[in-house]
Amino acid sequence: MRRLESLGHFIWDFIVGDDWRIAAGVVLALGLTAIVAGTSWSAWWILPLVVALLLAGSVWRAAPRRRTPSARP
Amino acid sequence: MSGPEVGLAISVFLACAVEAVEALTIVLAVGVTRSWRSAMTGVGAAVILLAAVTAALGPALTSIPINTLRLIVGALLLVFGLQWLRKAILRAGGAKSQRDELQEFEHEREEALQAGAIDSGLDAYSFTIAFKGVFLEGLEVIFIVLTFGANQHNVGLAAAAAGAAVLAIVLTGVAVHRPLARVPENAMKFAVGVMLTSFGMFWGAEGAGAHWPGGDAALLVLIPATLLIAVGLVAILRRRAAHPAVPQPAKAAISA
Repeated sequence: MRRLESLGHFIWDFIVGDDWRIAAGVVLALGLTAIVAGTSWSAWWILPLVVALLLAGSVWRAAPRRRTPSARP
Repeated sequence: MSGPEVGLAISVFLACAVEAVEALTIVLAVGVTRSWRSAMTGVGAAVILLAAVTAALGPALTSIPINTLRLIVGALLLVFGLQWLRKAILRAGGAKSQRDELQEFEHEREEALQAGAIDSGLDAYSFTIAFKGVFLEGLEVIFIVLTFGANQHNVGLAAAAAGAAVLAIVLTGVAVHRPLARVPENAMKFAVGVMLTSFGMFWGAEGAGAHWPGGDAALLVLIPATLLIAVGLVAILRRRAAHPAVPQPAKAAISA
């Protein structure tokens, strides 16, 4: 059981990594692309847009918060 | 060689070189500190296991229909590429410490020294650490080689690029006999992140049924655009680090 658990952890770390939102966002974006591609609309722009947002959001969350210096002496 | 093939060769070479540098640091640390024979036995065992994984996965991947393959590979490359790029951006922007091979080497060496007496036969510690290091880093190499290669119907080119990278790093490591601290590892990771993300978007969208304007030429826009966004994020992080936030009363005084 513990071996299965550590295998699961390994696969999760290997594929998903530090930010699960990236993996979830990629899957959703691909799904949306497939849906839109099935209509008469063009769908190529969805992935670049979502990827840019995912990357910016992930970097923003991981970057250390900017500390506001205290106004009080 | 076509544009996508050049991209494939560069991406695979850089990615494999980065992974090889990391594996080399681990093997050198246990080899120098404890037992070269055991460390090299670990490396050999990992290489055999990696070859078995490649033999099992390679034909399976190439037998998948091309659009399904592109969708799966695109998704995986995107997830991998975005993780690499995210880390590289944070490091370049000063929000995360840069990877330092000398520091990693010292850390591994300290742990190897504290791991107890060295076995006279096969040293289990050296074997395990070398095996784990080479297998885990090698798994990423295999993943990149197989996905890129299968998608472009050119596993041979991807394997050649990977082999050249590993050979170059190992020969340099043997020659200098110390960790390759001068390899611009972080810059290489940045470049690999950009390439994996761009190819991931390209193949992922195609696999999902979208058509890129200009076909393969779209990569010539996707790669610089991804690079531009990544460089922009680095610039924002650096600016944030250089200019701490202005306190509220000071802001009010400025606007008054």
